[in-house]
Amino acid sequence: MESNRAVISVVGKDQVGIIADVTAVLKEHQINVLDISQTILQDFFTMMMLVDLSRTASMQEIEAALEQTAANLGLTIHIQREDLFKHMHRI
Amino acid sequence: MNIGFNEIQETIRMVRMEELDIRTITLGINLMDCAGDTQEAMRTKVYNKITSSAATLTQTAEDISQEYGIPIANKRISVTPCSLLLGGATKEDAIKLAETLDAAARDTGVDFIGGFSAMVHKGISSGDAILLEALPEALSMTERVCASVSAATTKAGINMDAVSRLGHIIKRAAELTADNNGLANAKFVVFCNPVEDNPFMAGAFHGTGEADKVLNVGVSGPGVVLHALKRHPDADLGEVSDIIKRTAFKITRAGELMAREAADRLNVPFGIMDLSLAPTNAANDSVAEILEEIGLERVGTHGTIAALAMMNDAVKKGGAMASSYVGGLSGAFIPVSEDNGMIKGVQDGALSLDKLEGMTSVCSVGLDMIAVPGHVEAASLSGLIADEMAIGMINKKTTAVRVIPVPGANEGDMIEFGGLLGRAPVMGLNPYKSDKMMQRGGRIPAPLQSLIN
Repeated sequence: MESNRAVISVVGKDQVGIIADVTAVLKEHQINVLDISQTILQDFFTMMMLVDLSRTASMQEIEAALEQTAANLGLTIHIQREDLFKHMHRI
Repeated sequence: MNIGFNEIQETIRMVRMEELDIRTITLGINLMDCAGDTQEAMRTKVYNKITSSAATLTQTAEDISQEYGIPIANKRISVTPCSLLLGGATKEDAIKLAETLDAAARDTGVDFIGGFSAMVHKGISSGDAILLEALPEALSMTERVCASVSAATTKAGINMDAVSRLGHIIKRAAELTADNNGLANAKFVVFCNPVEDNPFMAGAFHGTGEADKVLNVGVSGPGVVLHALKRHPDADLGEVSDIIKRTAFKITRAGELMAREAADRLNVPFGIMDLSLAPTNAANDSVAEILEEIGLERVGTHGTIAALAMMNDAVKKGGAMASSYVGGLSGAFIPVSEDNGMIKGVQDGALSLDKLEGMTSVCSVGLDMIAVPGHVEAASLSGLIADEMAIGMINKKTTAVRVIPVPGANEGDMIEFGGLLGRAPVMGLNPYKSDKMMQRGGRIPAPLQSLIN
């Protein structure tokens, strides 16, 4: 039942190039994007991505890289295993 | 995406803004195979078994916490009740064993180790007697060792000889840590009907009915429940119960997933999920504030017990659906010092010790983290314990007393314990004596409720 998928959530002030910068990090770590959904909520950019981690070395590494991007863009980025959301919201 | 945008946001909000966390992951370790020819040989085995079993506990918890994005606040260890290892030992041996546990806890990076415990609800064996004798010193000389004593059960009644003695033990432990506000007693709890798989401190121990090792987990989330209720200010009480139930379900599901993952990685069986709402001093992470949100001006006023009973029951109903193995204490904790709402209730004169006693008959544990003046009589402390034991015994539930006489403090003072233990207003005990009852000693027989076979 081990899943290698994770949800990346990006929230913050809208600006040019958020998706480009985030996906550049993903590409660098060989992470495939399976689904992506994005909207602007009260001037706030909000994006959720479902990604495949099966070709990636470690989640810690990606987390550190995403943290760097988050700091550069002034955004909040989280990466969490997909199982968590499935367990909390699906029976 | 088969998970909704809103659902992802809800989870993130619970963690980032509403203080959702896994309160504790507690590795239970059986120490019976550490028995040796001498007490010294036993202690060496104890240290080695604990440090090898829990070598990767904190790192594993941190890894999982990072991967799922939910904090695991505490990593802890519980062990076999130590009195079982102390038959034929001396008081000095018992103190040294506590120090061994302390060293093992420090070296594995856990904040508390529980199980310096004795089961004396029916009688006191030689090992129990040694442990009781050593308790004040063991508690005051160690930093991370938690102790508990079972003084009553529904099946056995109340061992009043033990209860009477515990009043003196608590007083002595307070005196030995007088420089530290009597902090030793924050690590000590007296139980009626203790459970063998409780992951929460100070009362965790690894019961004799448990496997060699087991991982028990306590989730928490008063803040999440509080915020969920705030979004429905006009719901009727049936709906309020349902909101709490649904929230508890989600919290528990997240906890169970992480607990199973942790157990897998540590290669130990997953034991139970403890469905307890445990407050912290973080803003809005308060059980009292949930009760106030339900509609009480201040916790402790009329209606408090009804609101608490409903909340506690709803948490269990939601949690029981979410986890395959529920155990531990599973209810709501109402510690005074660790809950800002409770502190305010006491300060405003809304919440009394008597009301707290009443509340313990419908929630999971008991009189928890209650500071009292240091000059209270031992017999009064014993009386307080006896009352709480009786509530547990008759209602067939766990009750506990963690009371902290603070040397030099008077009723109304505010005591800072620091860290997770928070601060507590000093509450006065009834000025009338209970000493004659304590002098009688003996055992209060098991109640009719115990005759169920």
